Amino acid sequence: MRLRRANSVRRWAWWSLHAGLTLGAVVVLAPLVWMCLASVMPAGEASQLPPRWWPSAPTLQHFAALFASLDLGRNFANSLFVATAATALSVSCNALAGYALAKLRFVGRDRVYSSLLLLLVVPGQVGMLPLFLLLRAFGWIDTYWGVLVPSLASVFGIFLVRQYALGIPDALLDAARVDGASELRVFWSVGLPLCRPILVTLGVFTFLGTWNDFLWPLIVLSDASKQTLPVALASLAAEHVQDTELMMASAVITMLPAIVLFLAAQRAYLRGLAAGAVKF
Amino acid sequence: MRRSVALTAWLFLFPALGAIGLFFVLPVCASLVLSFTDFDIYALAHSQNLRWVGLVQYRMLLAEPLFWLALRNTLVFVVFGGGLTILVALGAALAVTSGSARLQAVFRTVFFLPVVTTVVAAAVVWRAWYHPRVGLVNAFLGWLGLPRVDWLGDPNWALPAIVIFSVWKNFGFHMVIFIAALQAIPERLYEAAAMDGASRWQQFWRITLPMLQPALGFVTLITVIGSFQLFAEPYVMTQGGPANATLSLVLLMYRNGFQWWNVGHGAAVAWVLFLILVLVALVLTRIRAHRGWEFG
Repeated sequence: MRLRRANSVRRWAWWSLHAGLTLGAVVVLAPLVWMCLASVMPAGEASQLPPRWWPSAPTLQHFAALFASLDLGRNFANSLFVATAATALSVSCNALAGYALAKLRFVGRDRVYSSLLLLLVVPGQVGMLPLFLLLRAFGWIDTYWGVLVPSLASVFGIFLVRQYALGIPDALLDAARVDGASELRVFWSVGLPLCRPILVTLGVFTFLGTWNDFLWPLIVLSDASKQTLPVALASLAAEHVQDTELMMASAVITMLPAIVLFLAAQRAYLRGLAAGAVKF
Repeated sequence: MRRSVALTAWLFLFPALGAIGLFFVLPVCASLVLSFTDFDIYALAHSQNLRWVGLVQYRMLLAEPLFWLALRNTLVFVVFGGGLTILVALGAALAVTSGSARLQAVFRTVFFLPVVTTVVAAAVVWRAWYHPRVGLVNAFLGWLGLPRVDWLGDPNWALPAIVIFSVWKNFGFHMVIFIAALQAIPERLYEAAAMDGASRWQQFWRITLPMLQPALGFVTLITVIGSFQLFAEPYVMTQGGPANATLSLVLLMYRNGFQWWNVGHGAAVAWVLFLILVLVALVLTRIRAHRGWEFG
């Protein structure tokens, strides 16, 4: 369908379009490619004039230094734990809530949903100062629990699950109900499996969001051994401004898991994103 | 039976609503209350040092040149950064969907890649690229015969540098939404228009753009909300400098609240930010009602 329309465009237009797209792709990828190449350059080579692209003698010394003396492995493990826990918590809470708002009939349902939607415009930063004071009162500052708290549930996640669950035919659920299954049972063995695609989307979304998050972990975690990768990277970047190769190596470590996860799950991720946006 | 369904529903909702209520709604309301107090580092130590000061924090804020500078910078970022991001995203979406079907997925993936990168890490890379002497951006400008720019060191260029970085970082997200919306436009509309002799340009203005309006409305809303929250980019690349040229509202809130512990003042900044967003959302919804956009 698209192909036919493309064919009707004159040949030169086709070539210039693809030349433009390729140029765009090169520009978009260039910083990431350079980051990878510079991370294996010998010290000082990334700041040479004229700028270098190809490392003269590839070395892993910066990665070794990051893991050995700067203990970035610890931060990597922290990030992995925080992002995994946030994903598990957020998917569970949002799946329950989104399903209930779509498939269970009760008084006040629409009111709950529309008040939740109103919260979408409230940026997270508005409540950060009191949230910090609240967690301080709980003794959760400088703990992983404190970092996880804001990702327990999200309006966006509930919205995503609800929109998807609305598409589940009631007949399927009713069939299970007639067989005498409790609502929890119906949710667990019929609703949840049918919602799987959107839960994968939500999971990938939450994992990436938490992995990349900066402001809240920066506020909550002051102990260097507890910090997540972006926070550790930001303080490294402030201290080691001159060590470009070292910085690029830590940028690679920070980005790589996110990029790999995205490439592995991009179908689910993009489909969910587009579906959520179009239905909005 | 009905009652038990309602009970189950509330049980299902409890974890999410509880978390959102306790850790989001309550703090947002508390921040309004805090903004009417002089909560500072002394109150942090002993709560009896806390005083109700009414609108003093807001009055001080409005008299503060730094606040107006942060507001100006943030607005410039929202208008230019957000506007450019949407334009580039729309252009990329049109190019990707009218190109080869087989390459479509490849280009989409490549253009989306910066979205999933960590802001802090990407900002570290771009900081190196913006280096005045050895950075690749200046090397490229020199190769084109253009004058060099001290991107992050010149107060006039630091904010544009962050705008360019954020366009690179964010346009893929909007592009994906536009691609989905473009693919939802029925092909027969174009066929009918072509049969009536409409040029591709006319087809774009008369079919594509009107059909994209819901997506445009949605993208505008999320771009504005997202852009107002500018923080990590200036924090890593410029620390808000030079001469506060990249100081954003959230950075101002962070400094007041978490570095100087003027919590009351920081909360006032946060609420001003919030009120502006509510205003923008209202205006956008009004436009939607007027033009028949659909979102929210």
